[in-house]
Amino acid sequence: MKTIGYIIQKEFKQIFRNKGMLPIIFVLPLLQLIILSNAATFEIKNIKFAYIDQDRSATSRGLIEKFEASTYFNVLDTYPSQALASSAMLKGEVDVVLEIPLHFERNLQKDKKGNLGIIINAIDGAAAGVTNVYVSQIIQNYNKSILMDVKELSDQQIKPVTIETIPLFWYNKTLNYKTYMVPGILVLLVTMITLFLSGMNIVREKEIGTLEQINVTPIKKSQFIIGKLFPFWIIGMALLTIGLIIASLIFNVPMIGSLLLMYFYTSIYILVILGIGLFISNFTDTQQQAMFIAWFFTVIFILMSGLFTPIESMPRWAQILTEFNPIKYFVEVMRMIMLKGSGFMDILPQLIKTIIYAAIMNVLAVWSYKKTT
Amino acid sequence: MKITNVIEANGLTKMFGDFTAVNAITFEVKKGEIFGFLGANGAGKTTAIKMLIGISIPTSGAAKVAGYDVFTQAEDIKKNIGYMSQKFALYDDLTVKENITFFGGIYGLSKSRIKEKTKELLEDLGLEDVASQLVGSLPLGWKQKLSFSVALIHDPKIVFLDEPTGGVDPITRRQFWEMIYRASSQGTTIFVTTHYMDEAEYCDRVSIMVNGKIEALDTPKKLKEQFHADNMNDVFLKLARG
Amino acid sequence: MKRFIGFVTKEFYHIFRDRRSLFILFGMPIVQILLFGFAITNEINNVNIAILDHSKDANTQEIINKISASKYFSINQLIERESDIEAVFKKGQVKAVLNFEKDFSKNLIKNRQATVQIITDATDPNTANTITNYVSSILQNYQMEQNKAVKINYVIGPQPRMVYNAELKSVYMFVPGVMTIILMLVSAMMTSISITREKELGTMEILLVSPIKPLLVIIGKVFPYIFLSIVNAIVIVVLSIFIFKMPMQGSLILLALESILFILSALSLGILISTVSATQQTAMMISLMGLMLPVILLSGFIFPISSMPLPLQIISNIIPAKWFIIILKGIMLKGVGIQFIWKETLILLGMTVFCLALSVKKYKIRLE
Repeated sequence: MKTIGYIIQKEFKQIFRNKGMLPIIFVLPLLQLIILSNAATFEIKNIKFAYIDQDRSATSRGLIEKFEASTYFNVLDTYPSQALASSAMLKGEVDVVLEIPLHFERNLQKDKKGNLGIIINAIDGAAAGVTNVYVSQIIQNYNKSILMDVKELSDQQIKPVTIETIPLFWYNKTLNYKTYMVPGILVLLVTMITLFLSGMNIVREKEIGTLEQINVTPIKKSQFIIGKLFPFWIIGMALLTIGLIIASLIFNVPMIGSLLLMYFYTSIYILVILGIGLFISNFTDTQQQAMFIAWFFTVIFILMSGLFTPIESMPRWAQILTEFNPIKYFVEVMRMIMLKGSGFMDILPQLIKTIIYAAIMNVLAVWSYKKTT
Repeated sequence: MKITNVIEANGLTKMFGDFTAVNAITFEVKKGEIFGFLGANGAGKTTAIKMLIGISIPTSGAAKVAGYDVFTQAEDIKKNIGYMSQKFALYDDLTVKENITFFGGIYGLSKSRIKEKTKELLEDLGLEDVASQLVGSLPLGWKQKLSFSVALIHDPKIVFLDEPTGGVDPITRRQFWEMIYRASSQGTTIFVTTHYMDEAEYCDRVSIMVNGKIEALDTPKKLKEQFHADNMNDVFLKLARG
Repeated sequence: MKRFIGFVTKEFYHIFRDRRSLFILFGMPIVQILLFGFAITNEINNVNIAILDHSKDANTQEIINKISASKYFSINQLIERESDIEAVFKKGQVKAVLNFEKDFSKNLIKNRQATVQIITDATDPNTANTITNYVSSILQNYQMEQNKAVKINYVIGPQPRMVYNAELKSVYMFVPGVMTIILMLVSAMMTSISITREKELGTMEILLVSPIKPLLVIIGKVFPYIFLSIVNAIVIVVLSIFIFKMPMQGSLILLALESILFILSALSLGILISTVSATQQTAMMISLMGLMLPVILLSGFIFPISSMPLPLQIISNIIPAKWFIIILKGIMLKGVGIQFIWKETLILLGMTVFCLALSVKKYKIRLE
């Protein structure tokens, strides 16, 4: 026990003495939390909108006014021809072009039918889908409003049925993106810092030769590993704490559930990450290799965690792979506890998996650390 | 029964793939002696040491260090030996004092004992003034002395020194050997590798390794007689050229 | 020149002798592009929803059938009480609950109006919003079917045309992004680490006192990585065309040149990082911690830049990846030529020159 204390002391001294690293460990992640949380939004607004009005009638102008009034669209320009509009789209200047053909108003009055062309840049397919919904909504509403004007909807007809839909957005009535993203990005930052630091730690000692000096001492493997892990565990918990304070003070993210449960889960989760880090460290010869492997897994863990894109939409095999992704569990638990107030029984499945993961990774870390060659 | 041999190696061999780095070496080292382990670069000295200190598993043969078997009791060996590596292996980003405290701590010394030992070592080395300086900022000679003291911190029975004087000036080398003698006079067995042949003269007995094998082993005086040489340098050259 | 070639050869030896790193350098990007190309999508599919049907009549059953027939939803469970909603949300089992009022059919026929609540777990606002939209449109269709008999006047028929990606495949969106991220991070990390490694091991000094000019030393160190990155880029493009069926509308040569430019800009960023960090550890942490999230989040790879707050839109301009993604999408999907992307190209070029100039200046200061 005393031996572990000496290792912990040494690690802390080394970390805090490295003036270049301190800001990277503490300032950089928190700065990113504050700045990048604002970037992560799927909300579609300010859509770059242009139109071609060949009709130049009261009806066509009325329609364009509706787009101008909408907060989703940013009416940028009008083009005399389709060719010019296409070129603007190629340059990326506009994403939606509304084309109102000649005689639009006349056709509408005469044939009771008028067609509109809408060109949507669909490279981002999901955003294009949403854009299309917004465009149709505006057109439908406009359609309704001119129907009202005409007031031809007489009583002789049967009244059409309507199904009224009442959307209720629980836990986040204003659909605020930040309350969703801040906990997730905090998870990433805590994970990255602890993984990179632990992943490079032992291999660094290997590379500079000090590990050999440790290996000729009678220290026990487990003592060494625990002593190495503990400082990073503390750093992870400290980052979480500061991050939670920022989340609540700057972003007003609620903390509905139990803070204690949050810390309990995190304390186990960090063990998983540290175990992975040390395992990588033991299996590599240089810091460069360790870093690449850490990078490889981090990118996969981040992009397949359900943080940015939904897991349900992935193909079956990919969904199975995400079961091995610790970040996925942490993201889920963090959001469940903070935003929904989920309790111990609610997060039990994630908790059990995390505990098993932690046990396996740390046994592997101790096992793969060899004092002899 | 008193154990007089603190190291006994019998046909100790290490192979890396097809390459035999250490080829069936057999020797013993008596308690309290200064044993010189000579050889050219790449002769297999470092590999042999690594087997004896329990961080490299031998391919075949047998060896006992401080009465413990290198195959099965490596951790017990480690309690009884000190080791100073060829490459400087203390922490550059810790101070002199912190390095001593750290290694004292992981060898399981008590707090008061570490304090005592730190004071004693700093005095012996004349490093009191730089005790709170980062090791990285010290000149190489001082670092080497510090490494040696750290290897002695837990009063081991045997100390293994792998090229301890590589790259340091003659005065520091001189001081270094004084430290070795002092440790030896206190009953510590010294196992030292070097390729400075003048240093070989300071040893009680020397072995000379060529291409993984021990080609000669005796006191410097007897070796000189045996090879009809004026100094150890000539002995070595005669052996190395075969 | 001869000396320089000798030096570059030495760097190649270093890299190719280290089999493990080589495997990592080539294997990992391939695994990642395959994995992400198939798995990452921001479409909504098979969302689990629960039904709370207080009415259990013919109409609600028809609606439920329509919803379960849709590819967007899979009905995960039927619940009986309002109080169960909280529980299923807290466990995270479903993302939405459809709550049909009592006497749904009766109201629909008698009062010509019936109500259904779409309760979504809006901790994820995007999914919640999309689910609401999709359910609403299914209900709208159902309503229209019910109203077939009723004649409605005046119909404006919007005819949307999805250009560049008619099937709205999210692969078109993500493959260019993944390619950019991999090239960016691998190139910047590799250079920053390999240069600081020499610094840390002290071999950099040996190289700098050699008669080769410092600039050539750096170029020599970076040269093999240019080569490696180009190989990586080729592999990724081949995979995206043949496996992900990405269209290649524009010129392959232009794509190659732009990719080399982007690789150079990432490498020069790596060099810059190496000048400011003393140890490999610092270099790594800067290139991993400092680059990873900003590149993922601010490049337009996942999140649309136009939706970000203005300050972030401005910051996003300094991310080289943003410009390369625009270029990639332009060439591959829109088939544009240089006349449409010269601005982006100039910006990347400017960034490369800036990073290199700054690094050279920093090295000079150190040497004096």
